[in-house]
Amino acid sequence: MTLLDDRTSEEANPELEKKAERAESWRGFFVALPTYVFLVLFFVLPLIIIAVISFAERSRTGKPILGEWTLEWWIKLGDPLVRSVTFRSIWLAFLNTAFSLLLGYPFAYWIATRKKAMTRNFLLVLVLIPFWSNFLVRTYAWRTLLDSNGMITKIGEATGLWGKMLFTEPAVFLGLLYGYLPFMVLPLYAAIEHLDWNLVEAARDLYAGAWKAFRKVTLPLSMPGIIAGSILVFIPSLGAYVTPDLLGGSKTTLLGNYIVTQFKSGRNWPFGAALSVTILVIMMIATVIYFKKGGKTL
Amino acid sequence: MAAAVSIRGVTKRFGTDVTAVSNVTLDIVDGEFFSLLGPSGCGKTTMLRMIAGLEFPTEGSIQIFGEELALRPPNKRPVNTVFQSYALFPHMNVEKNVSFGLEMRKVDKAEIGERVAEAIEAVHLKGMEKRKPSQLSGGQQQRVALARALVNRPKVLLLDEPLGALDLKLRQAMQMELKDIQSEVGITFIYVTHDQEEALTMSNRIGVMNFGNLLQVGTPEEIYERPVNRFVADFIGETNFIKGTVTDDGAIRLTNGSVVHVRTDAPSGADVTITLRPEKLRIHALDADDINPARNQLPSTVTRRLYYGESIYYEVAISDGTLLDVRHENIPSLRRWDVGDEVIISFHRDAGEALLS
Amino acid sequence: MSVQQGTAHRPWVDRILSINGWIIFGFLYLPILILVIYSFSDSKVVGIWGGFTWKWYGRMLTNPEMMGALANSAKVAIVSTVVSTVLGTMAALALDRYRKWLGKGAFDVIMYLPVIIPEVTMGAMLLIWFTQVLPINLSIWTIILGHIAFSASFVAIIVRARLANLDDSLEEAAMDLYANRWTTFRRITLPLIIPGVLGGALLALTLSLDDVIITEFVQGPGASLLPVYVFGLIKRQVTPEINAVSTLMLGISMVLVFVSLAFQARANASGSNKEE
Repeated sequence: MTLLDDRTSEEANPELEKKAERAESWRGFFVALPTYVFLVLFFVLPLIIIAVISFAERSRTGKPILGEWTLEWWIKLGDPLVRSVTFRSIWLAFLNTAFSLLLGYPFAYWIATRKKAMTRNFLLVLVLIPFWSNFLVRTYAWRTLLDSNGMITKIGEATGLWGKMLFTEPAVFLGLLYGYLPFMVLPLYAAIEHLDWNLVEAARDLYAGAWKAFRKVTLPLSMPGIIAGSILVFIPSLGAYVTPDLLGGSKTTLLGNYIVTQFKSGRNWPFGAALSVTILVIMMIATVIYFKKGGKTL
Repeated sequence: MAAAVSIRGVTKRFGTDVTAVSNVTLDIVDGEFFSLLGPSGCGKTTMLRMIAGLEFPTEGSIQIFGEELALRPPNKRPVNTVFQSYALFPHMNVEKNVSFGLEMRKVDKAEIGERVAEAIEAVHLKGMEKRKPSQLSGGQQQRVALARALVNRPKVLLLDEPLGALDLKLRQAMQMELKDIQSEVGITFIYVTHDQEEALTMSNRIGVMNFGNLLQVGTPEEIYERPVNRFVADFIGETNFIKGTVTDDGAIRLTNGSVVHVRTDAPSGADVTITLRPEKLRIHALDADDINPARNQLPSTVTRRLYYGESIYYEVAISDGTLLDVRHENIPSLRRWDVGDEVIISFHRDAGEALLS
Repeated sequence: MSVQQGTAHRPWVDRILSINGWIIFGFLYLPILILVIYSFSDSKVVGIWGGFTWKWYGRMLTNPEMMGALANSAKVAIVSTVVSTVLGTMAALALDRYRKWLGKGAFDVIMYLPVIIPEVTMGAMLLIWFTQVLPINLSIWTIILGHIAFSASFVAIIVRARLANLDDSLEEAAMDLYANRWTTFRRITLPLIIPGVLGGALLALTLSLDDVIITEFVQGPGASLLPVYVFGLIKRQVTPEINAVSTLMLGISMVLVFVSLAFQARANASGSNKEE
């Protein structure tokens, strides 16, 4: 690699210009290099290896045997049990995304349309606190609420509307909703807050009613926030581990804990690898679909 | 006079298909106020950035006072730049901004203090030393940018549309001030602008660019009075175009058959376009008998009248339908015309220029 | 930020919106509040109030395993934050400030993947990589490597956003005023992106202190972190001591929120240089 001399007195020609560009380009490369190497070593190669391992035979301890290959684990994905875990995970992630959006939109809209900047900022901080708070702790809070002595159980028993929800699917759903709602609200808030309200007024001026102006102007213009929020909620919900483990029971296993089980008591690493790749693929498909749909509505 | 900046065959290509500057050769004289003028995307800013060292040319030579530095990085060049966005460092106060260049060149502390104070005073910002750029108005920021560059006593000062962000009144005031500062410090200024009026009033010479080519270099008078081609004529000021053909005796025959005499370098038989500034045309009554014989005459009809206050614009149609703008001073000795009046327009032989079209 | 104009609603719409808003705030805050309250309850069963006490905090502080996990957490968080902040900032600089270089396109994709990959997948692949491919024993260092692997990307995204908003003529101006590359970075670029860098660092810190899944996969014997240790406790038995340590963790989160808000306020104050 040759750097151009700082005190060169040469005239420019295409070759020297190329040389200077190449020197600049190498500089960029070297700035990126440490991170590049790190990510290749501890992200890209592991990602490739896990896909490879999903085709490996398993030893008695559950670890993969490199050199003996099988399709067994991918075929096993079709088992009724695995299928039901997968569908339950997707369903709950979808349900959580939908409810977060339904609750989060009017909430974010309310904060973003407060007249004074002070009020908006104050309410925003109130959203940021749970957003930044420790996730495990926030999930644990629900464990005690939903347990036999928990406040919610007691309210349910007193009104006769519900009993103890802990270790059931509704509990997992509540936990996911509680856990990821702030992830939906923040991008929605950003999108609605930055909206050009003159456009809404223009719509009103052009004879749109309040609801129509909202549907035809505000909602489409806040689409980027809706997409970002939905992805931010869907991805971690799909891979949820802590929530189903603490709030769910054996009948509410989700992909997240199912995968962890394969690497621990299940003693089947290659199958865990196949599941891990599957969840990644589902998530990528969902993201792509979402972006495509969002792109059309924009 | 010595050439402060000597540019020889400079070309800049971005990628394979964009040629931002194409084979420009130009000498800028020491102490002159030189403007690069052209529409946006014409390559004038790229040319300036190459002189500053912010881009390297693909080909060619750039010398400053005889020293070749086409490929030197910006920090190794005796030039400084006033950026379009001012590019004041937002985290430093006025004083720190102005002293930055001297600090980088390791000038000793006492001298830095002196020169910074001097520069700040020169741009009338005394008392504002401790303010951050965000606490200054646009005009004041502009002055800081100027002081920050001038304090280094560059051999050449480059200015990239420095007045573009200011409103009209302030811009006009700053034009005068810039001009004064330039004649005071005696440094060569290279000034990039798309505002032809700015270029005309401020510059000793102007270079007009379009599509990466340097089309014409000359004094403001030369550029305005004797444009070399249709683009220059059209871009600088307002003008009328009339199509015609050069006759054997060097006159121009218009498409309606009339023959007029104007300056031309075109050979006989060539198709030409005559460019005529609106203020060089006069409207007369059909029966006028006091028209100078050196003036060409064309019968026409008034089709529109616009009242501008200090002047009145008439649009007239000559017999082949070509529309011409005529500008009359708003003075009592000039008669007012109405739409529909049959009139004669006249222009002096030296007023127009027939350009090859 | 200014007054929101053109957002007038009919009064009843506004009322419904604000009732809904406060209900959601209740939903977000009541569980945490109850959790904190019960950390002071003198009763073994969480959910039954037994009078005020500090004893669970005392137990927590004298529990060697808990304190060991806390120390490990601090160590992992600090090391992984520092390294991922440096790596993420360099990556952002390379991506935003250099037009093209070898492998830039691929790097741009690789850089964003850790943000969107499910944590279980990340944990599983690192476990396989460390134990089946590399001759590395799981330890606190494998946890640190794992945390860096996902935090660096978050830092890069935040810093890159800051860089994208930074007029590059500022750096050109510095070079024009005789500063070399390094001085330009030190005197101009870095001071102006520092709010982004610190914001990224805070996020990295939070992510590291929050992580359960990846740590569970790649932790070595006896080197657990606080959240994983607490997670294990909860699964065994719920005690008010867990409420006490939870309150402590919430407190740490709160401090981080306010530090980050303070940074943001300063960033906004210094970033709006053209508004006036």
